[in-house]
Amino acid sequence: MLLGTNLLMAQTAAAGAAQEEAPKVDWTGVAYYVAIFFLICLGIAIVGKILKIYDLTLKMQGKKGIKWNNIMAVICIIFLLAGLYGSYWSFTEQGSMTLPEAASAHGVKIDEMFTVTTVLTMIVFFVTQILLFTFLFRYRHSDKRRAHFLPHNNTIEKVWTIAPAIVLTILVVFGFFTWQKIMNSENLKDDINIDVTGHQFAWELRYPGKDGVLGPKDFRLVTGANNLGVNFKKKSSFDDLKVDTMYLPVNKSIRLNILAQDVIHSVYMPYFRVQLNAVPGLPTFFKFTPTITTAQMRTKLDDPKFEYTLYCNKICGGSHYNMQKVVRVVTEAEYQSWLSRQKPYLNDALRKELHFATANSEQSGASTNRIALNN
Amino acid sequence: MSTLAVHDHAGTHHDEHGHEHHHDQSFLSKYVFSMDHKMIAKQFLITGITMAVIAMILSILFRIQLAYPDKTFPLLTTLLGRFAPNGRISPDFYLALVTIHGTIMVFFVLTAGLSGTFANLLIPLQVGARDMASPFMNMLSYWFFFLASVIMLSSFFVQKGPASGGWTIYPPLSALPKAMPGSGEGMTLWLISMVLFVASSLMGGINYVSTVLNMRTKGMDLWKMPLTIWALFLTAILGILAFPVLVAGVVLLIFDRSVGTSFYLSDIVLNGVQQPFEGGSPILFQHLFWFLGHPEVYIVIMPAMGISSEIMSVNSRKPIFGYHAMVYSLIGITVLSFIVWGHHMFVTGMNPFLGGVFMITTLIIAVPSAVKTFNWLATLWRGNIRFTPAMLFAIGMVSFFISGGLTGIFLGNAALDINLHDTYFVVAHFHLVMGSAAIFGMLAGVYHWFPKMFGRMMDEKLGYLHFWLTFICAYLVFFPMHFMGLDGVPRRYYAFTEFASMQKWLTINTFVTWAAIIAALTQFGFLYNFFVSIFKGRKATQNPWESNTLEWTTPVEHLHGNWPGEIPTVYRWPYDYSKPGAEEDYIPQTVPYSQTMSSNVPHDFEDNPAGLEELNKFTSTLKANEQVK
Repeated sequence: MLLGTNLLMAQTAAAGAAQEEAPKVDWTGVAYYVAIFFLICLGIAIVGKILKIYDLTLKMQGKKGIKWNNIMAVICIIFLLAGLYGSYWSFTEQGSMTLPEAASAHGVKIDEMFTVTTVLTMIVFFVTQILLFTFLFRYRHSDKRRAHFLPHNNTIEKVWTIAPAIVLTILVVFGFFTWQKIMNSENLKDDINIDVTGHQFAWELRYPGKDGVLGPKDFRLVTGANNLGVNFKKKSSFDDLKVDTMYLPVNKSIRLNILAQDVIHSVYMPYFRVQLNAVPGLPTFFKFTPTITTAQMRTKLDDPKFEYTLYCNKICGGSHYNMQKVVRVVTEAEYQSWLSRQKPYLNDALRKELHFATANSEQSGASTNRIALNN
Repeated sequence: MSTLAVHDHAGTHHDEHGHEHHHDQSFLSKYVFSMDHKMIAKQFLITGITMAVIAMILSILFRIQLAYPDKTFPLLTTLLGRFAPNGRISPDFYLALVTIHGTIMVFFVLTAGLSGTFANLLIPLQVGARDMASPFMNMLSYWFFFLASVIMLSSFFVQKGPASGGWTIYPPLSALPKAMPGSGEGMTLWLISMVLFVASSLMGGINYVSTVLNMRTKGMDLWKMPLTIWALFLTAILGILAFPVLVAGVVLLIFDRSVGTSFYLSDIVLNGVQQPFEGGSPILFQHLFWFLGHPEVYIVIMPAMGISSEIMSVNSRKPIFGYHAMVYSLIGITVLSFIVWGHHMFVTGMNPFLGGVFMITTLIIAVPSAVKTFNWLATLWRGNIRFTPAMLFAIGMVSFFISGGLTGIFLGNAALDINLHDTYFVVAHFHLVMGSAAIFGMLAGVYHWFPKMFGRMMDEKLGYLHFWLTFICAYLVFFPMHFMGLDGVPRRYYAFTEFASMQKWLTINTFVTWAAIIAALTQFGFLYNFFVSIFKGRKATQNPWESNTLEWTTPVEHLHGNWPGEIPTVYRWPYDYSKPGAEEDYIPQTVPYSQTMSSNVPHDFEDNPAGLEELNKFTSTLKANEQVK
């Protein structure tokens, strides 16, 4: 197998020889690590032998030998204490590195439920783990004792069937209504519709123009200039805007219209607690209301470079790990001024393709830029 | 007619010679194409261990990439050739690594390696049968599995590398060869391998179910079966009902890939070119996949639960607490596992109402899981606990099951899943609850039944070292990952260098990788222990753990047919440990109540009025004697 891969490697190396020389393997370094591994193995073997001899001498003196049950029981207790401290440390240290409070209206409800669930589950976590390991220590083997014969106890079994059932019912009811509320929000007239289309490996954004309506799309209409396949037989398509960064006005209801062109992607905006897959052939939408502007979040996190991002969260190919869009939440005034500066989707190249009359020449730069970016 | 006659003759011939008579078996029929369930169990185990080692090495490779995204390791180029040009694993090969790691671990190790080994070994031995219902089909089951393994691994040797769309192989990514290199021949091999795997699993499953239902020894009614058998039996039923659906999904995917149908594909523009697919739905594949996929995680964990229950009872020297509740919770899990698959699809664009329904069913399944956990704790309570390596691994399984199970309550909640779906929180959750827990169940089983399989004992001290290092490292690997997920770090990312928000996790990733490397190196201790003990281990006694179940009544030396004489009759349930009044702290299932008058209790004769009368007579004479004194 090694020979085979070496051969293949030689081929690729020959192919890539022009670019750069293949890096050399530091065999002494490899040998060093292998030697350390064998030394550790040797050390363990020696300790093992010593323990065996010690055990034998104990037995020769008429004693019982090493009491492994007791040693294991003590390690159980040490593990419990270390584990408790470790999880406390992890909760404080890494727990503080997690997402800040939700930057959307529905996200606050999700966070509330998250807190309730965390408190309930962590109580169970600590109680059961503590019981588990203290039982192990407390009831370690002894020759003088017999275990307590207790095959069942119907009362206590009923209690611990019903108790989790009640707790889970509460969580289910709470969760069910929150979920329904998030997903079944009604469409309002002043929702801001934004078209998000995923393809390998970028997101395309389209905003509606003054009419507030996005023109329909059809994958059969996709061409080089019309990369989303917008249908220009419909009036609503003409004023649509092609946009590079997702600007959102704060405290306005946003409706993301989500679709993918090639494979499944996922629109993930964790700061807003927003996620929905982008599926080819199945248009979906997610509605939310951002509540904290980028500027406010920057001061909150004390990070002047902070940006909200939208990124892909469904495996979609080699560059899945770098498929992002910047999202900026701004005030209404900033939003309007930004919106007025955006270029229409229907640019010169597309007009030419569709045999429409050419518009002002100043807009022509946008499309070539986009194509370059998509590569 | 003539064939019938021949068949009859063969039947009588077999009977005449009986089971005591030993045929001289050739090497091929004894070790390779063996039809003896004990040999097939060993074949499954060793193939499973081999696959586990391979999948573990794959995981170390991608962990190195995650810990050192900017460093080059020329050694990787030497080892992997074109998959790691210039000393770095390529993004496509990284995805192939996670895909094949997941596939091998879930299907080849924790399904075939776990169920295949212990169902084959334990079902005939613990229910009291001479072999499986169909030994020939049993042999086929192994060889289909072996073939599936070879084909899966062979995908590393095709030009564009193995399948790399994730172990869930969602189309269109997996359906369009141009979408990624791994969706070419690699995916074809993956699909062929899985069809063979499912065939193997079905042949095995049908055998397990029919053996449990039809071939139990005298007295072994269903409520006298050890929990291992209950778990393996219900697992086999789950597999029989769920796996065919995966085949259906896979066959439609093969059609989409090779015949030009549009079951899963619609409205696709790939690299600016329209594809001729219309009317299909990628969501359909997800439904079919998870209709198997969710029962599959219970197929993985239930045998581990059964094994742990048995081992914890034996080594606590205490009956398992709430035997009936344990069985009913297994049945509950079996039934419910078929109606929860949608919780993998909350944010896939599935109808949100359906999501709400799946959320309710999902959280209901937590109830039987909770009951099992509490019953395990109650089993340990006031026990007389012996820390064998098997016992430690069973305890580790419980600990992981609690830790990983609780985070399932977050993920099963559709509203919380919005932000957690496909993040490292999910990775942490399932690696604890079905990865680590199931592999610990499997290791517990290996340590416990090693003397039954090989007639020798494994080294205990090395087992202790193996347990503690693996246990601690598994927690070190997966505990911090929860917090990465809570920070919105997605899984299956090749590097976290492209996002300012994710770079702070680099130190954690390095830490996790080193914990994983130590855990992986520890497994070499296990491998050494395992393979050396097969040949040089201390000779085992017939019942080394002083256990009640039937397999320990067979001789240490294996023989075809398991028991030299008649198959023993079973009189009692398998958990009479530390029964008050008994001489020893265990009473094997083969000991009739008439021999244990001093320890019998009225409860033992619930459906046996004659026995109850006997007992009453006995206790009254005992009392009378006391009074005379």
